[in-house]
Amino acid sequence: MTAEKMALAKAINESLRTALDSDPKVLIMGEDVGKLGGVFRVTDGLQKDFGEDRVIDTPLAESGIVGTAIGLALRGYRPVVEIQFDGFVFPAYDQIVTQLAKMHARALGKIKLPVVIRIPYGGGIGAVEHHSESPEALFAHVAGLKVVSPSNAADAYWMMQQAIHSDDPVIFFEPKRRYWDKSEVNREAIPGPLHKARVVREGTDLTLAAYGPMVKVCQEAAAAAAEEGKSLEVLDLRSMSPIDFDSVQASVEKTRRLVVVHEAPVFLGTGAEIAARITERCFYHLEAPVLRVGGYHAPYPPARLEDEYLPGLDRVLDAVDRSLAY
Amino acid sequence: MTVESTAARKPRRSAGTKRTAAKKPPGAQPDLVQLLTPEGKRVKNGEYDAYVADITPEELRGLYRDMVLTRRFDAEATSLQRQGELGLWASLLGQEAAQIGSGRATRADDYVFPTYREHGVAWCRGVDPANLLGMFRGVNNGGWDPNSNNFHLYTIVIGSQTLHATGYAMGITKDGADSAVIAYFGDGASSQGDVAESFTFSAVYNAPVVFFCQNNQWAISEPTERQTRVPLYQRAQGYGFPGVRVDGNDVLACLAVTKWALERARRGEGPTLVEAFTYRMGAHTTSDDPTKYRADEEREAWEVKDPILRLRTYLEASNHADEGFFAELEAESEALGKRVREVVRAMPDPDRFAIFENAYADGHALVDEERAQFAAYQASFADEGEGKQR
Repeated sequence: MTAEKMALAKAINESLRTALDSDPKVLIMGEDVGKLGGVFRVTDGLQKDFGEDRVIDTPLAESGIVGTAIGLALRGYRPVVEIQFDGFVFPAYDQIVTQLAKMHARALGKIKLPVVIRIPYGGGIGAVEHHSESPEALFAHVAGLKVVSPSNAADAYWMMQQAIHSDDPVIFFEPKRRYWDKSEVNREAIPGPLHKARVVREGTDLTLAAYGPMVKVCQEAAAAAAEEGKSLEVLDLRSMSPIDFDSVQASVEKTRRLVVVHEAPVFLGTGAEIAARITERCFYHLEAPVLRVGGYHAPYPPARLEDEYLPGLDRVLDAVDRSLAY
Repeated sequence: MTVESTAARKPRRSAGTKRTAAKKPPGAQPDLVQLLTPEGKRVKNGEYDAYVADITPEELRGLYRDMVLTRRFDAEATSLQRQGELGLWASLLGQEAAQIGSGRATRADDYVFPTYREHGVAWCRGVDPANLLGMFRGVNNGGWDPNSNNFHLYTIVIGSQTLHATGYAMGITKDGADSAVIAYFGDGASSQGDVAESFTFSAVYNAPVVFFCQNNQWAISEPTERQTRVPLYQRAQGYGFPGVRVDGNDVLACLAVTKWALERARRGEGPTLVEAFTYRMGAHTTSDDPTKYRADEEREAWEVKDPILRLRTYLEASNHADEGFFAELEAESEALGKRVREVVRAMPDPDRFAIFENAYADGHALVDEERAQFAAYQASFADEGEGKQR
């Protein structure tokens, strides 16, 4: 076994290194990804070891980064592009939605678009405007894209490998406030499918479903609830498109209660989709309506208010209490 | 000041500036590369003659044939739309020389990124014209394998493909290959951010890409003056690569200039912007009504510059083609029109499960689930007779 403890950011770095090493067609592109190693240092040292032809510093133009990555993919390359922050993806949104997502279908399957778009996302780091958003539902809504988010270093390593190997475009949301959290990574493990949810903690009274940065909050909530004698199951969804409804259903059939937790606004979000589908699938199993905990229908607030905006332990436990009270 | 009076006003010029430039008729600018005048006379050009110096009479007849057949195909598609066989058609009428000249300059291993009006370029690349009609008939959203002729799918969002072309060209450089890329777009697209970004990226990475802008004077109802204050080819200078304006109704000049630009790209000298100064003789698409926004005189002024007429005059005057050639081509042209009509009418509606096909290359659980639901729903009609089944 060669398991080693590393931070989530380092795991992505190692994963990119593995991909660059094993496939000459893999490219890294983005603003500041070269010498600087990215503003979060996720690509640190890669340009030094693989050269400017493989790890490409780009002009400051998001649509250009994604648009040229599409062209490179058409030429047989597998570009992994970095969008510096969540709120900066929108200049590239047109290329992602109207071109990247649809080109495979438009060509009746004759061409493939193996492009990975890495987006550090979410709040909790005290950043300024446009640096703390969670736009995953906007991408999950678009057919042709896969949308995933790891919550820990091992998943970050393996999910990045799988995203790069995927012949479909993958939007890879990196929980930036977990970049420095460390956990074991076994590089010889055989990972499960990219879209498969994972039971992080077993429980019998209620299921908490989360992904990315909120998995840790839900684990803490489950630990706190355990002290009050409540047994919460925690699911890490890992993928927002597709969503592993089978795993959510299996858990809910056991616990009969579901609370979905994410940082993104609740309105028309991932939680809404899960609530609707699980209500259909588990109508006779549910003891309470599916509840959602997440962001408000408001712009992401200034940093001094983000603790009010982001779901924390208390808001999650409050939803748990409401569900259990039915 | 009313809104109408503002709209009618010409762009402001600083006090004291003469308006001589603006009063010149379109196409008469001194910096327009021309090898064949509207009257069909061959004129010398020190810089670009070399690129068509070895052209044979047979090749000249070939260019003529390409333009005639492309125009015939285009006319057939327009009629088919009027008869309800196509949902929409974007005509290239008037732009045959720009498309055939540039298209014939490309090599088989070059890659072409068109917009949605490049039927003539598709013809040059060997794409079956019938394949271009699927998306306009509504049976698919593209429908051909881009790699079989190195001709990418039509791109409807304005200017997006210029970035795909640039990325593809960056890949050619990485591969150490000597092929090149040509990206087509219009004067309207020159206002798009993606076109500006593609200029930046191609310049910075010295990508072997030719930007071929067909300035057909109108972006639906917006004239070129609504897109730019300077001639479009001059934009290239600001990005650090050459720009040249060519008579877009002169197939020889378009061929020569595009060859020059493609050869620059192959030699590793980076991008070029070619502005083919031409005119959209018809509507933007069959949904458009140009009589609402442009004057008849403008169209009439361009009619005398017709790209096909001028080459015919030259072919006849130089004894490069006889009556037999023109008669044979006329017959071939009619046969093409007939074939296109038959193919379009015979195009079946796609299988209903095509909705779900190719949404993903690797598959997707939600698509699988919804396909199964759709199948179950369709199957629920099974006992209503064969009409529901396909």
